[in-house]
Amino acid sequence: MSILAQADINVLETACSPLNVLTELTCAQWQWLRSPETGLIMVRGRAGGTGVQFNLGEVPVTRCALRLQRDSHLSANGGAVGSTIGVAYVQGRNVRHAELAARLDALLQEPASCERIHTHVIEPLAAAQAARRDAAARKAAATKVEFYTLAREAQTPGNTGEEP
Amino acid sequence: MDTATATPLAPGFEQRVFDSIKVFRALADAMAHPGEIRRVNARPPAPTQLMPAAAAMCLTLLDFETPLWLQTSHASVADYLRFHCGCPMTPEATQASFALITNTLTMPAVNTFNAGEPEYPDRSTTLMIQVESLSNASGVRLSGPGVRDAIYLDVAGVSATYWRELQASRAAFPCGVDIVFIWGERIAALPRTTRVSC
Amino acid sequence: MYVAVKGGEQAILNSWRLLAEQRRGDTRAPELTLAQIRGQLGLAVDRVMAEGSLYDPELAALAIKQAQGDVIEAVFLLRAYRTTLPRLGVSLPIDTGAMRLQRRISATYKDVPGGQVLGATYDYTQRLLDFQLAAGGTVASAAVAASALPAAPRITEIMGSEGLLAAETPAADDPAPRDLTREPLEFPANRALRLQNLARGDEGFLLALGYSTQRGYANTHPFAGEIRQGTVSVEVVPEELGFAIEIGEIAVTECQMVNQFAGSATQPPQFTRGYGLVFGACERKAMAMALVDRSLRAEELGEAVTAPAQMQEFVLYHSDNVEASGFVQHLKLPHYVDFQSELELVRKLRARYAAAQPKSTDTAEAA
Repeated sequence: MSILAQADINVLETACSPLNVLTELTCAQWQWLRSPETGLIMVRGRAGGTGVQFNLGEVPVTRCALRLQRDSHLSANGGAVGSTIGVAYVQGRNVRHAELAARLDALLQEPASCERIHTHVIEPLAAAQAARRDAAARKAAATKVEFYTLAREAQTPGNTGEEP
Repeated sequence: MDTATATPLAPGFEQRVFDSIKVFRALADAMAHPGEIRRVNARPPAPTQLMPAAAAMCLTLLDFETPLWLQTSHASVADYLRFHCGCPMTPEATQASFALITNTLTMPAVNTFNAGEPEYPDRSTTLMIQVESLSNASGVRLSGPGVRDAIYLDVAGVSATYWRELQASRAAFPCGVDIVFIWGERIAALPRTTRVSC
Repeated sequence: MYVAVKGGEQAILNSWRLLAEQRRGDTRAPELTLAQIRGQLGLAVDRVMAEGSLYDPELAALAIKQAQGDVIEAVFLLRAYRTTLPRLGVSLPIDTGAMRLQRRISATYKDVPGGQVLGATYDYTQRLLDFQLAAGGTVASAAVAASALPAAPRITEIMGSEGLLAAETPAADDPAPRDLTREPLEFPANRALRLQNLARGDEGFLLALGYSTQRGYANTHPFAGEIRQGTVSVEVVPEELGFAIEIGEIAVTECQMVNQFAGSATQPPQFTRGYGLVFGACERKAMAMALVDRSLRAEELGEAVTAPAQMQEFVLYHSDNVEASGFVQHLKLPHYVDFQSELELVRKLRARYAAAQPKSTDTAEAA
């Protein structure tokens, strides 16, 4: 869920474009349990980083939930139809992002589609996220100060070596 | 998310914004006309233990900041409300912003709930009470702001003791609880300003 | 007191049109895009998000465009927008110790685990106008190190382990903080409420107050123990799931000011902290916030409250630039009736004053 939530929406769309994932996404029967809704989450911090909690400010978040219904589900666990629920909470106001994330969340819980979604969507997204973070961290690392101590001039006659 | 529950979760309002506006309007109207039976005109899909107006009110009024005291122990009701409203469930009646009562015979006394504080009387509990029938033809006599002269309300399953306790609690005004009786799609509201005589 | 006045409708409509035209400026120059504002006016975007108390770079960029770069007006726009959205929940407290660092410096120790990381800063620029920027063109790309920067412990934790620095621990059972966007501010305000107020407070106000503490209006001797800037994950526990999920990440700046504390009857001498935490890359604001947080702790640390920066009501009631600009600018509203009554009063007083003057003046004048 974290990978899906933090993905760039364009990258996410691209990751979903391989035919077998698209088919999965569009052919299954979906029922909204909670249609996409944008609201706010209050972000909290702690005084001194570790102390009392306080309210820092809000971030917009879009959430939705839907139920996956399909015939194959019946045979998969012999249980009731429609027990797989996909949920998404995604930072920002992008309804499409939340919808895709919720659908993928449901498909990831299904043995029939789990592996395919992992290979085609989750792994590439995780790799892209890691690469993005790595690039930023390496640029920051290049600005790390390397201290060196100035070596005193070699002792010469007349230089007592006393601190000024 | 593990969701292998016995009853599948029902969806909430079809059109969240418009449906909740409609229900809120009906509720505000009912509060402005104490005792008058009104319809909320919404039937969101919900567990059978919840009457349509109760489900509609919960979906409209509850959120993560309104702790709910729930009388029923039916898991499907709690799951439904937790999912759609995100409201925390509290076993402490005094902590509850709202209370949902599904059995009038075993419901706690009025003063069990939070009546607010003189500085913040709005921090009280609002009781949503599901009942077997409502009628304006007879019953207790209601008067006060929003009622011309008097109105009668008969609520099946509410004892004379309960009405007396409710009237006694009016002495603490502006503190007190507000009540909404629910019967199917109908509601009748008793804000804390309404006087009750048996 | 205000009077309802009619008229001026056409003037207002035309004022809007004039505003729109002026906002657009010379149409021979290309129109600003939100991506340009986000990308090239990033620090303005961060300030608007911090004081608007809403982390949404795109909306902040729109607000800046709409307000023609008037940052306080943009903050107002963002605050107004946030009131249209429902509150869906609260996050777990962000873990700034696990921050993916972009900058991290300490003025108290030269050699610290994780090192001094300058990041992108104006600190070492000469503040000479760069006319090459005016001409435009390509820019040098950032240097890239062979390996990524590792996460680094907070410096305050290193000091804390010796007991030299007062520990920051949650109160018993870690209560949820009150929220001043939902409840009225009450005094005395606890530290959680004060920090929320400061985090969304006006940078200029906090900067001036922080400066005043350094110049002697509150006895603080601060050191910048650590300043770190970077991104942290935001996690929530939706009631329906019952477990924590990451919903995204935000950039923040954190400042831990370390202040000398002589000790009291119950506490040994040690260093105490002022804390600053702000959305985005807002280092000056985070530092000012930390100074003011520490000065507002005077009472709990048994220090005399003598300076403005130590006075809760003074600081917390005047830090919000939306409230402040609202009250100052309301003076533009018609006060015709108020003024008429004062006019009458002043005329009466003048008449009484004239009547009370010695007769000799009149005689002199007559003569």
